[in-house]
Amino acid sequence: MDRIPILKMGPFLLVTIQVDMHDRLAMMLQEDLTGRIAAGGATGVLIDISSLEMVDSFIGRMLGEIAGMSRILGAETVVVGMQPSVAITLVELGLSLKGVRTALNVERGMELLRASVDESEATYGGPGSQR
Amino acid sequence: MAAQAHNAERLPIRAQEDVVLIRQTVRDFAKQLGMSLVDQTKIVTAASEIARNTLIYGGGGWVRIEVLESNPRRGVRLIFEDQGPGIPDIERALQDGFTTGNGLGLGLGGARRLSNEFEIVSRPGEGTRITLIRWKL
Amino acid sequence: MNSTEASKLPEILRQYEAEILSEWLQHQLSSMKLRSSLIREADLREQSRKFLAHFGHAIRSGDDIGSSSWAEVRELLADLSRTRARQGFTPSETAAFIFSLKKPLFTRLREACGNDIESLAVEIWALTELVDTLGLLTAEAHQRSREDVIARQQQELMELSTPVVKLWDNILALPLIGTLDSERTQVVMENLLQQIVQTGAAIAIIDITGVPTVDTLVAQHLMKTVSAAGLMGADCIISGVRPQIAQTIVHLGVELGSVATKATLADAFRLALRRLGATISRTDPAR
Repeated sequence: MDRIPILKMGPFLLVTIQVDMHDRLAMMLQEDLTGRIAAGGATGVLIDISSLEMVDSFIGRMLGEIAGMSRILGAETVVVGMQPSVAITLVELGLSLKGVRTALNVERGMELLRASVDESEATYGGPGSQR
Repeated sequence: MAAQAHNAERLPIRAQEDVVLIRQTVRDFAKQLGMSLVDQTKIVTAASEIARNTLIYGGGGWVRIEVLESNPRRGVRLIFEDQGPGIPDIERALQDGFTTGNGLGLGLGGARRLSNEFEIVSRPGEGTRITLIRWKL
Repeated sequence: MNSTEASKLPEILRQYEAEILSEWLQHQLSSMKLRSSLIREADLREQSRKFLAHFGHAIRSGDDIGSSSWAEVRELLADLSRTRARQGFTPSETAAFIFSLKKPLFTRLREACGNDIESLAVEIWALTELVDTLGLLTAEAHQRSREDVIARQQQELMELSTPVVKLWDNILALPLIGTLDSERTQVVMENLLQQIVQTGAAIAIIDITGVPTVDTLVAQHLMKTVSAAGLMGADCIISGVRPQIAQTIVHLGVELGSVATKATLADAFRLALRRLGATISRTDPAR
């Protein structure tokens, strides 16, 4: 079975979800990501979902869990590029993705990650503007 | 008023991959009907939730996807059927946060919010049929 | 046309098509004081000629008006009504097209029936029913196209009335004016979210100073929009919140904790700038 590739860019892990994932594929991504973070080094995870035409409660939950787990493992997660129609639908569905940081695009997401790294190096305080 | 259904397609729900195929098929139906992107996304997401429920709680089943014509409205109707254990307390199952599995408990209630019409018929021990309709505005 | 005797109408139409057409045209031209500003005589002649040809054909089929033999007649009438509705004809002027056909046809029928009053009555009744049905079709089609025009104008108005403006780098504003119904709010909000993606703006200010009242449904839409923008990675500030509207929102019990609200657009703008790390300072006022 295919897996969703995880790229490493400096201290950050980069995932671009481009396929309509079935649940097992989503779970594998979650395991792969947390595995990679636990293996060491990564301080940030960026997940680009701009090609996703739909996020249902399962994928939404997965995104939330990745953010939660990676935070425990010392990495900040940013989900970027959610389409307006997907966002409107998620809100209607009742999912707010609490604890997941978001950004409009990859560039903004990277800025956010860099800022949060600086922040946590300057102080040992918790994450910044969490949703 | 008599509603007419056509272009029906019947798909099995046996595996997780089937849920993906259902999402894509529902998307095609909604697109063909000329629904707005937001409306398309809503009905596709609702389909995904119910298809997953059918798979997990109903032990698999079938979905019938069709174009519904009820002058002057047109819409997409989805009918999910399984021969699973059924839902003993439908009201409770529709509440957000209620789940017997390990999900978020947003599936049924969320899918209802994403549909214009929503109906559950369930008999314990015999199965469940969930019908949802989203009209094109 | 199911009288015991076959109707004379089909034969009349075949034999006198040209004469009926010219009488009918004359009638239309004089009685409805043709709006020469709206339609040219040549066009009217062509429409009438075509209609009469199809009409005669359908009559000769002997079929019911709902059947496929009448499809061309129905289509032609619907088409004509649509065109006239758009050209600015009133419904009666539009229906006059078909009703004015009665007189020339009645005249021919009277001639054909001679002294046979009985069959003349039957013929006239059947023809009246037929023409009336066609007249109703015309009226319905006319109304439908007026409704289409109204719907299109509403759509255009909606788009015009909700401009998303750029206030600053990364700051958008949506000044809402007028009553918000649930449908308009939805369109406006989708538009805003789309603009956020297109411009890459980090902050959107929704200003509701010009909105007289906010009902529960609209307030819910506003909150949903703020949540959706948040999921996309943009912050919303709601400004122009008057006390009464604030009450509505509080009564809703929506999570307002995460939504910034300000009394004025200026306050919201200042907050937005601060969030982006920009400040406004006055240069020496003495110049």
